[in-house]
Amino acid sequence: MNGVITSWDLSVGVDGPGTRFVLFTAGCPLRCQYCQNPETWRMRDGRQLTADEIMDEIGTYRRFISVAGGGVTISGGEPLLQPRFTAELLRRSHDSGLHTALDTSGLLGARATDAMLADTDLVLLDIKSFDPATYRRVTGGPVEPTLRFARRLAGLGRPTWVRFVLVPGLTDAVENVGALARFVASLGNVERVDVLPFHRMATGKYARLGLTFPLADVAPPDQALLDRVHRQFRVHGLATT
Amino acid sequence: MTATEAELEAWRGFHGVTWQQAVDVRAFIQANYKPYEGDDLFLAGPTERTRAVWGKVSALFPEERRRGILDADTVTPSSIASHRPGYIDRERELIVGLQTDAPLKRAIMPAGGLRMVENSLAAYGYKLDPSVKEIFTKYRKTHNDGVFDAYTPEIVAARRSGIVTGLPDAYGRGRIIGDYRRVPLYGVDRLLAAKRAELRSLDGGPATDAVIRDREELSEQLKALAELKEMAASYGHDVGRPAATAQEAIQWLYFAYLAAVKEQNGAAMSLGRTSTFIDVYLERDLAEGRITEERAQELVDDFVIKLRLVRFLRTPEYDQLFSGDPTWVTESIGGIGADGRALVTRTSFRYLQTLRNLGPAPEPNLTVFWSPRLPEPFKRFCAALSIETSAIQYESDELMRPRFGDDTAIACCVSAAPVGRQMQFFGARVNLAKTLLYAINGGRDERTGAQVGPAYPPVTGEVLDYEQVAAAFDRMMDWLAATYVDALNIIHYMHDKYAYERLEMALHDYPVKRTLACGIAGLSVTADGLSAIKHARVKVIRDETGLAVDYEVDGDYPAYGNNDDRADAIAVELVRSFMDKIRRHPAYRDAEHTQSVLTITSNVVYGKHTGNTPDGRRAGEPFAPGANPMNGRDRHGMIASALSVSKLPYDQALDGISLTNTVTPDGLGRTPEERVRNLVGVLDGYFDADGFHMNVNVLTRAVLLDAMEHPDRYPQLTIRVSGYAVNFVRLTSDQQRDVINRTFHGSL
Repeated sequence: MNGVITSWDLSVGVDGPGTRFVLFTAGCPLRCQYCQNPETWRMRDGRQLTADEIMDEIGTYRRFISVAGGGVTISGGEPLLQPRFTAELLRRSHDSGLHTALDTSGLLGARATDAMLADTDLVLLDIKSFDPATYRRVTGGPVEPTLRFARRLAGLGRPTWVRFVLVPGLTDAVENVGALARFVASLGNVERVDVLPFHRMATGKYARLGLTFPLADVAPPDQALLDRVHRQFRVHGLATT
Repeated sequence: MTATEAELEAWRGFHGVTWQQAVDVRAFIQANYKPYEGDDLFLAGPTERTRAVWGKVSALFPEERRRGILDADTVTPSSIASHRPGYIDRERELIVGLQTDAPLKRAIMPAGGLRMVENSLAAYGYKLDPSVKEIFTKYRKTHNDGVFDAYTPEIVAARRSGIVTGLPDAYGRGRIIGDYRRVPLYGVDRLLAAKRAELRSLDGGPATDAVIRDREELSEQLKALAELKEMAASYGHDVGRPAATAQEAIQWLYFAYLAAVKEQNGAAMSLGRTSTFIDVYLERDLAEGRITEERAQELVDDFVIKLRLVRFLRTPEYDQLFSGDPTWVTESIGGIGADGRALVTRTSFRYLQTLRNLGPAPEPNLTVFWSPRLPEPFKRFCAALSIETSAIQYESDELMRPRFGDDTAIACCVSAAPVGRQMQFFGARVNLAKTLLYAINGGRDERTGAQVGPAYPPVTGEVLDYEQVAAAFDRMMDWLAATYVDALNIIHYMHDKYAYERLEMALHDYPVKRTLACGIAGLSVTADGLSAIKHARVKVIRDETGLAVDYEVDGDYPAYGNNDDRADAIAVELVRSFMDKIRRHPAYRDAEHTQSVLTITSNVVYGKHTGNTPDGRRAGEPFAPGANPMNGRDRHGMIASALSVSKLPYDQALDGISLTNTVTPDGLGRTPEERVRNLVGVLDGYFDADGFHMNVNVLTRAVLLDAMEHPDRYPQLTIRVSGYAVNFVRLTSDQQRDVINRTFHGSL
């Protein structure tokens, strides 16, 4: 089984709990304005590797991850653009006793089989906006498939962390955040909501790729805005970080 | 030996007998310490008194920073009892004693080298007293003079070109830790008796060179102990008898250490492993109702204030090399005992608590002996403090304990030795990257063209051939090892002769085990260079004299720092191979050869003195510090990078392997609690993987940039570099830039 990947990385506390082997698959159907990984957009920019090769690489970190606590996260790009490859990596990692996480926008959630989700200990679900118009403005795509996927995960009882990137002037509208919070709270399987403050650290990356970072002039959210958004989630009984 | 009355009083309630019959501090600790497995909630904050004393000395730091040194005594060559007592705040101080008669006033120690003293004084606008100069030129030879009388022209040339540097040939060699705990536990009188017995044991044998030297050294040790009593008496204390309370125990311990730093301006003057020893006294006083927790912490805080004031007179060039004014007052904390009980006590927490009570500082160099088996609350406390202060370094208890026992301490940065039983001959380091360039250039220096190494045939051809380069490099390393060990043997012969550490050695067993601590710098740049030659095409650019001055790398190559065996194996082999070569040359006083992979902060200066290298690094650019991968070439994050370093074989680098990691807070997790848990996990994982040492900096680039612009706002900003820590604002701007340009592992 082959897949196309951009790179892999070892991260701590960023892509799920603990120290994680994070595989960035290549290719993404969305074009989020704040995307920090534009190099993962196109599948043709990635490189082909077999699942065996990836599992061998993961194997070199198995001991470290088991001692330090952590697991494997399949991220992207959009991993569900390569559902069979992603399913195989999740299954083999899960079978070998590693904690597994899937980091997805949910747009292609329909491609995730129940078997794949059974091998996924945690879903990191990026819900970029609740309001459909805003969602389309941020990502270029529709929000409905993501919400459908969220409900399905709830039905299956899969532990989920929702991630919401807070961009001043783009995703921060009170109604938008409030509606998202109500929706997320209604699901029952969401352990926490990560409110990710927008930042511009990828500006250099865009320049190197000959691209323009569309939000280069947007300032990161200030503390007051962050506090407000956290509160909006917390009033619904959700844990936020 | 039966206990005296003073001993019976001092040892009331203590258990065990072996330590009463012979000097054995470890046996005392094992028989009496109470492991603590709880959390940090019992700790006390700073009292008004502590704040007042610390405030008083802190107020002197800005002036010291501005002028380079606050003051100097230019007249009195320093020895144990040379100066009148000095105080910070006599009414408030609980632990007393200064190196001179005033805080931060520096002493002169010409026995190591007069030039260092003269140049340092001159640099700060002081002049050495003419009679001192006369004595140390006309009547009394220095270590520095002795070394240069015996150096060969080849050593001098190698030293000048920078292929061998940092040699302790101009001042004290340091890195010797006296077992200062012996003074509180036994009192000096008992130690004198034991030393006299050691001297007597040599009576009747033939007076060979070795025996004569030992007899003279033991006699010097006896004199040093007598002077220690005299110095303590000048402060109103009788250290002839053992300490009877915790306050006395800390005071006696400090006097012993103070005696060492009054007489030796060693490169690193480390403290040892004292927290759990002191804990026995503090817990006894607490149980007797003599003190409260608040007072226990005050005593520790006051002791640490004193340790933060240790100063030596150095030239600005020295400070530049080492990024400030380091003294390496290293204290080793934690670890696991041979019987499986953790050596963590409440006082281990109290020592670390000083980072909160007094704020972060580079000294003392707090070093935690980490094992995944340490009690979880202690691990979490350490991790939380690392995140708050970036002031702690971690070393593998699991690697050290089987080799050195459970009463081991770190000298300087990463050099382990059992306390009071083993000493080292500090040997600085050689520049392996430059050696690779010498191999390619047949012994000619790549910057000057001068013939420094042996004139072997240079490597020819437009594109470097791996086999040819490897063979030439191997031969050049042979030459380097021979030259290097010769230099070290000369240095330590002369240091023993002209600047012997009387007091520190008086607090060692006789006979003592010795190591010759060699070292290498530029490991990652050399490994990457060889990897480039092997896996890519490296074209040589030669100047008109045929000297290879630049390299063009065509294609990708696996770089050290990505957990990729193709590159990591090269680094492993370099360590192994140079150690083998070092071992082939006899060491002075039959010392055991060891080596470190450590640069201190000289990675910046080494880089300056090294031309373009085949890995693509440009001339003058810094090396990576210690065993770190080269900047930006570790592309898979901190863990992959650390696992490459963990492959370096500790048994071939028993003097230590240093790794410095800088991570942003976000790079450890999203909440404070998560960050602590994740850092504990990373440390567990790294030391489980046989990593030896890790500096943990938790910082953002923005803070460092702001501190560069507004140093006054960040007087205590501490950052770990190599095996120690520095005040960021005291770094040169070159070094600040190097720190900022280094990889920050974080989320992006």
